[in-house]
Amino acid sequence: MDNEVLLKMKNVHKQFPGVYALKDISFELRRGEVHALLGENGAGKSTLIKVLGGIYAANEGEIFIEGNKVNIQNVLQAQQNGIAIIHQELVLVPYMSVAENIYLGREPMKGIIVNKDKMNNDAKKLLVDYNLDFEPTTLIKNLSIAQQQMVEIIKAISFNSKILVMDEPTSSISDKEVDFLFSIMRTLQEKGVGIIYISHKMSELNEICDRVTVLRDGEYVGTKVVSETTKEELINMMVGRQLSKYYTRNYLEVGKTILSCNHLCDNNMVKDVSFEVKEREIVGFAGLVGAGRSETVKCLFGLTKDYSGDIVFLGDKKHYINAKQALKDGISLVPEDRKKEGLYLIQSVEYNTTIEVLSEFIKGIRLNKKKEGEITQEYIDLMDTKTPSLRQTVGNLSGGNQQKVLIGRWLATKPKLLILDEPTRGVDVGAKAEIYSIMNELVKEGLSIIMISSELPEIINMSDRVYVFAHGYVKGCLNHTELTQKNIMHLAAE
Amino acid sequence: MGKTNTIQSSKMKEGSYKFLKENLGIIIAFVVLYVFLAVYPPTTRAFLTSRNMFNVLRQISTNLYLACGMTMVIILGGIDLSVGSTIALSGCVAAAGVARYALPIPVAIILGLIVAILIGVFNGTVISKTTIPPFIVTLATMNIARGLAYVYTGGSPVRVVSKEWQFIGAGYIGPIPTPVVILVFVLIVTALLMNNTKFGRHMYAVGGNTQAANFSGISVSKIKFYVYAYTGLLSGLAGVVLASRMYSGQPTAGTGAEMDAIAAVVVGGTSMSGGSGKIGGTIIGALIIGFLNNGLNLMNVNSFWQYVVKGTVILLAVFIDFLRNRNK
Ligand SMILES: Nc1ncnc2c1ncn2[C@@H]1O[C@H](COP(=O)(O)OP(=O)(O)OP(=O)(O)O)[C@@H](O)[C@H]1O
Ligand SMILES: [Mg+2]
Repeated sequence: MDNEVLLKMKNVHKQFPGVYALKDISFELRRGEVHALLGENGAGKSTLIKVLGGIYAANEGEIFIEGNKVNIQNVLQAQQNGIAIIHQELVLVPYMSVAENIYLGREPMKGIIVNKDKMNNDAKKLLVDYNLDFEPTTLIKNLSIAQQQMVEIIKAISFNSKILVMDEPTSSISDKEVDFLFSIMRTLQEKGVGIIYISHKMSELNEICDRVTVLRDGEYVGTKVVSETTKEELINMMVGRQLSKYYTRNYLEVGKTILSCNHLCDNNMVKDVSFEVKEREIVGFAGLVGAGRSETVKCLFGLTKDYSGDIVFLGDKKHYINAKQALKDGISLVPEDRKKEGLYLIQSVEYNTTIEVLSEFIKGIRLNKKKEGEITQEYIDLMDTKTPSLRQTVGNLSGGNQQKVLIGRWLATKPKLLILDEPTRGVDVGAKAEIYSIMNELVKEGLSIIMISSELPEIINMSDRVYVFAHGYVKGCLNHTELTQKNIMHLAAE
Repeated sequence: MGKTNTIQSSKMKEGSYKFLKENLGIIIAFVVLYVFLAVYPPTTRAFLTSRNMFNVLRQISTNLYLACGMTMVIILGGIDLSVGSTIALSGCVAAAGVARYALPIPVAIILGLIVAILIGVFNGTVISKTTIPPFIVTLATMNIARGLAYVYTGGSPVRVVSKEWQFIGAGYIGPIPTPVVILVFVLIVTALLMNNTKFGRHMYAVGGNTQAANFSGISVSKIKFYVYAYTGLLSGLAGVVLASRMYSGQPTAGTGAEMDAIAAVVVGGTSMSGGSGKIGGTIIGALIIGFLNNGLNLMNVNSFWQYVVKGTVILLAVFIDFLRNRNK
């Protein structure tokens, strides 16, 4: 591996109204290197990448590629300079096929018409190369998020770029796909591609990264060689303090059964699912992506029109056909896809926080703005959300902070049963620790939680019991004493 | 007590400051237009007379009834093309109630409004229960309502020869024209509905992200239904007021009115992609369209050219908006 500098960003500044997102950041990427970019939610990682990718214009700063100063004003110029980016937010076109998305803007042509056969064949080859088992003609909207993420990844790779940037590529895919992604990255590395890698999963650093640069509040903190540093030191650099405890969990005496579901079936992804939840219990749903976990809770929450099976909640038989009924009974669901299913992106933090609890400050036409602000502030404080004001548009927050707003919204409903679908996706270490400790507190206060997660450490360290899903079936239930990576994977891969 | 008052007034200040900032472009456009018409020699004499002002306000009133509904429809991510035809049908029905069946005027008016609400209810039902695009649904009802108006009247105006009939469209309450008083009422109700109620919040949610609204337990179809029904009611109001002002229910009334309403909404900064928009913007949008119409008439601009000018102004207004958003 040679140490030639591939990319250099010098003294980059970027300001948004009310937010100084990048203050004098310099960054260097070498050929054949995987360089991690680390920082808390809102530290400026994505913004730096967007400057590199021509999406935001920096207020100041220079970019050099292989020693030559380049001027990147838009996405096309970034591509021409050999930069491919997988953004944190998926940017695929939902109503186009996989192949059309991969070759968007560079379709193979036959005269003046698009050569569909070639495009589909090329895409098929890529999919086969990367072991993905869907067709190039499938519409994006019919894929799961994990599958969409894989499409993004192979799309970026298919540009054969010198510089590949991945902004949290592993936040929505499962371990199997992560291993696979890492093997692709190693191959690219050998070819001399420089990779910038953003992730909140510290364990991935040792596995795949060579160097790491830490940002904090838009400022450069330092760059380290991964093998010469420790997790503790990096966390310290990120949050500016020692993080005492990561997982907080007191196992309590659980109470009586509050929810039992028998033989749930949605005629699609959910084949036969039975489980129960007790008072003061955190129940984990583990499994590979696409195992039917999210679809199961959608049945429970009344979001699937057509499903069969018995649901008994708090002693009564239920068959919810919309979320309103479930909410009224005290069930809340924090959805997995925060952009599509959760947030009103063009609305404010305040609007997004209070949309479920309007009755607390709107009586008829009497609107108590002050109360609304107080409720919002309460949950901003509780979740430690970083936002310049209550009025900030949610779409302008960093990804992790958007997630915090969303969790805050559902906590505000004061549910009896809280369902969290991938609650820590894209959330930084400090905030993750906080979410875990909040979950622990909530359970102490008598709440029950169902947590769907593809992150095994979080499942293992937080759950009282875990149901392992595969292909729409529950393959087994493990008590917290039996929870090991091996036991879970054994069931999940059945 | 004093303390809450200052908080209240500082909130008000903050609110009006925000309003100014967000709508700066169109407010300036409106002021320029107004000043221009007031000082430009060919229009200056006629323009500032109270008669002309009342006249413009009357015209703006009916457009704003429609635009209030249209703002809500567009925030939902929809469109309602049927409002113009609803004006005709409801106006004709109300006028016929008086002229043909000798019903008491209030009863006739209510009859007209009911017809309009029914059209809105029909739109709302189809749009909320199916996935047929609102554009198509209301394009159909636009034709149906217009057709029914012609069929019902046989194509000629239904004249009303009663002095009282003119009160709602051409009369005054104190010194203020009745339609303007109604307008104030409509604006207050709409603004409260949009800003101060759960219904309003839910409406923005449905327009901003329908799928998230489902997860939020918001009844998407109910919200859609009520918004279209309300728009129907407001169109009926416009229909009755116009029929009163013209002493007759005319099957041709309100032709193209939907376009003026949409223009007011869009010039007022409401996004056609749904989820955002404010009634304040729509008011200024309607003022611009109204005074523009008036100015062009006072200048004796050929009515064919008026279309060209109006189209250009609409384009300019949204273009300024585009530039401002791009710089963000
Ligand atoms: N378009 C925008 N308008 C206003 N502020 C913005 C915009 N984009 C980002 N910001 C702000 O800039 C800061 C940096 O955001 P950025 O998305 O770069 O964070 P990040 O490090 O990627 O965080 P995360 O780990 O949560 O994804 C945040 O405070 C964010 O609110
Ligand atoms: Mg980010």
